[in-house]
Amino acid sequence: MATLFGSGIKRREDPRLITGQATYVDDVKLPGLAYAVFARSPYAHAKITRIDVSAARQAPGVIAVYTGADVKDRLVPVPCAWNVPNCDLKIPAHPLLAYDKVRYAGDAVAMVIAETRAQARDAVDLVDVDYEPLRATADPEQATQPGAARLHEEIPDNIGFTWVVSGGDAAAAFQHAEVAVSQRIVQQRLLPTAMEPRAAVAQYNRGSGQLTLWATSQNPHIHRFLCSVMLKLPEHRIRVIAPEVGGGFGSKIPAYPDEALVSFAAMELGIPVKWTEDRSENYKVTIHGRDHIEYVEMCGTRDGKITGIRTRVYAGLGAYASTAAPGIPTILHGLVYSGSYMIPNIHGTIYGVYTNGTPVDAYRGAGRPEAAYLIERLVDIFARKIGMDPIEVRRRNFIPKDKFPYTVATGLIYDSGNYEAALDKALGILDLKAFRAEQAKARKDGRYLGMGLVSYIEICGLGPSQVAGAVGFGGGLYDSAIVRVYPTGVVKVYIGASPHGQGEETTFAQIVASEFGYPVENVEIIHGDTDNTPQGWGTYGSRTTAVCGSAVKVAALRVKEKAKLLAAHLLEANEADLEWKDDAFRVKGSPDKAKGMAELALMANVAWNMPPGMEPGLEATAFFDPTNFVYPFGTHICTVEVDEQTGQVKILRYIAVDDCGPPINPMIVDGQIHGGVIQGIGEGLQEIAVYDEEAQLVTGTMMDYAVPKASQMPHIEVAHTITPSPVNPLGVKGCGEAGTIASAACLVNAVCDALAPLGITHIDKPLTPARVWAAIQKAKGATP
Amino acid sequence: MERPVTLNINGRSHTVQVEPRALLVHVLRDTLNLTGTHVGCDTSQCGACTVLVDGQAVKSCTTLAVQAEGTRITTIEGLARGDTLHPLQMAFWEKHGLQCGFCTPGMILTAVDFLAQNPDPTDDEIRHAIEGNLCRCTGYQNIVAAIKSAAATLRAGNAGAAA
Ligand code: FES
Ligand code: FES
Repeated sequence: MATLFGSGIKRREDPRLITGQATYVDDVKLPGLAYAVFARSPYAHAKITRIDVSAARQAPGVIAVYTGADVKDRLVPVPCAWNVPNCDLKIPAHPLLAYDKVRYAGDAVAMVIAETRAQARDAVDLVDVDYEPLRATADPEQATQPGAARLHEEIPDNIGFTWVVSGGDAAAAFQHAEVAVSQRIVQQRLLPTAMEPRAAVAQYNRGSGQLTLWATSQNPHIHRFLCSVMLKLPEHRIRVIAPEVGGGFGSKIPAYPDEALVSFAAMELGIPVKWTEDRSENYKVTIHGRDHIEYVEMCGTRDGKITGIRTRVYAGLGAYASTAAPGIPTILHGLVYSGSYMIPNIHGTIYGVYTNGTPVDAYRGAGRPEAAYLIERLVDIFARKIGMDPIEVRRRNFIPKDKFPYTVATGLIYDSGNYEAALDKALGILDLKAFRAEQAKARKDGRYLGMGLVSYIEICGLGPSQVAGAVGFGGGLYDSAIVRVYPTGVVKVYIGASPHGQGEETTFAQIVASEFGYPVENVEIIHGDTDNTPQGWGTYGSRTTAVCGSAVKVAALRVKEKAKLLAAHLLEANEADLEWKDDAFRVKGSPDKAKGMAELALMANVAWNMPPGMEPGLEATAFFDPTNFVYPFGTHICTVEVDEQTGQVKILRYIAVDDCGPPINPMIVDGQIHGGVIQGIGEGLQEIAVYDEEAQLVTGTMMDYAVPKASQMPHIEVAHTITPSPVNPLGVKGCGEAGTIASAACLVNAVCDALAPLGITHIDKPLTPARVWAAIQKAKGATP
Repeated sequence: MERPVTLNINGRSHTVQVEPRALLVHVLRDTLNLTGTHVGCDTSQCGACTVLVDGQAVKSCTTLAVQAEGTRITTIEGLARGDTLHPLQMAFWEKHGLQCGFCTPGMILTAVDFLAQNPDPTDDEIRHAIEGNLCRCTGYQNIVAAIKSAAATLRAGNAGAAA
């Protein structure tokens, strides 16, 4: 039993999921339910000169039609909640329904409510809008150029902010450097593609004035707050329920107009209203990720010491500033430019740029994969330039394991790490010598084999609330848990975080059951309903286990503390003479005199014989606010063969060594790594959201956007090192984003290594056959 | 406009009024409340809507309800025998073949059909067989492991039945 923490037990959420008994938002049915469908702009940028909804209003089954004019004075525009300080951040209004101008293809102009989904869909076709198309661009660099289309009147150059990160003296470092390398890097737009599209069901009780909103949310408490702002409805009148949620990857963090509008309709009409995105709509209006154009440089010495890194980044924001958007390419990106290395001089200028694309926000890793990618690419390019093995360059610059906590040039304090151990472990699994020999032989035969390696760090376990406040994040970043012990001893735990596939119903039960000496079946984890869970800040940023899991642990310990006092009282022993052994408090020296948690729970709940002054009941609440972020790390290695004739990249092996502290459930940790790695390989190999010159999303369906398929993806060899974090009582670090942060860079490094004989140092991801082939042709001097 | 259709689902016959344009997935989900079948796309790519029609894995978002008349349909709700999970359900649970679970019903039903045709598949064959089912969470690795393990269980069961 003592080993429950750390054991790969089966997940407790699975039985309902594998039998079709789970309830996702679109599964929610209510009597009299009506359906909402949105009329959306086909243009990426246009003036609205006229909207006529009279025909739509007359259509069969239609209950109501709302336009921007109907709601603009009654509802508050979608808030942006990350007010990054020390820059000139401009946040233009994001109306819930566009009324004067549309700024991206998909901007909603009207909402139709009808008795059935099909009727609402039919009526949307009758919404008649006259548009006067304007020039448009979805390219964040182009959008800053003179003469580019202007999205928001008040922002003439489309630059939403210029943010600078600086540590040491990068200008001097570059000026005196023995070697410097530079590269233009495009980190393409990605479509998060949670398999469950977003949905909302709103029900309003006019009698009680209570709104219930079922929403596909990673953070129901944040949604409650933001909906309260948009709807001008007091927060305690809103109950947000995130039932089963089918994946998020960041896309279910932000506030969107849709949920607020559906709530508004339910309040206006006094009937429940449901809206469910279809996939094409999801690709158009649910946030996108990445979208950077970067000019990056690294300098150092001939013997491999990195002395500086410098960047200029155009980070696309899309048409409006989504909830966390300003913080992603700044706080979560620029501050981690040191990676795993001691880089004394860092300078980055980040432009957040409005474009006529879908808003960009947090997508798995959020800012940190972009940072890891540019650092790890630069290390390889730098190593090539000085003729040193990139592995050796990494070793020479790693922060040594005895230097933690370590303050990097950007000011972050890394909690703990042992980067070389992860590197050595990964190299051991690979058998580097054997691979290099195989590669050399293949090269003689005219075949292109390559090996890519990435030693990443990430910043996770977001984070201390004080830091959240200091960096302009519009909320706290603690989390919470109530551990409630029933009279029969079984436990319910109500948590603030809101998992949606990460398995915390299992891992958190493991934490409590381990503490109480229980089988895991005795503990149930409740999440996702703001009416019965304490304030939490959501599941993202690999924070749930590190922060909310710690709250669970602290609450469980509080319960145990009280139980111990009660045990002492009942055993007529001194508290100091009691010890917790196996599954009970026992009197030292006479272990048969014992009280287990179940018995103590009964006695506490009936309160027949309490110590003087002790309150009845057995439960505790904890709000856990960490003292620092956690910094997981690891080394990934990928080997590939590139087909010179077709440009096809074949992954031969993928090795992931990650350190996320002690795993509570190794099976679940490995699952997170698998999923993350494949998402990053998708990014490296095939995923790209393409816009045409008119800022129309060309990859608007799953037919065109290359979500990885099983047959295209490799088997991943997973291993771990374990370096506990000192900043939380579990010692855990988080593993949800690790895979994605490492894998895209790893893949590109491998392909560039394979093509090194041709002199190729960089190809922008995704490495589709066409791109790789073109690079090969160019290197050979042919015109592709 | 609506017409009656009789559908045999999970061994029970249901007669429902449907529009001729109604998709099988919508009738399953909205009319019959069988919400274990999911919708993940609108271009027949994701496989979240997969059900068995006469034992064959079919994307119910690409099938009209009226086309399914006279067939035997199995959805995820009808796969277990009472409290006894189907070996594929069991294997997905044991091998951690799911995270958010949204793709899972379709994935399992695709695998049921596949293993009926290929009882002893290689990893590669499994990966190709589930190509029409997208999963964004698991990276597929444990799904492959689950299907492989269920194949072994099913083979052992069949061998037992034959003996
Ligand atoms: S819903 Fe995606 S294939 Fe049917
Ligand atoms: S488990 Fe989430 S999509 Fe497959």
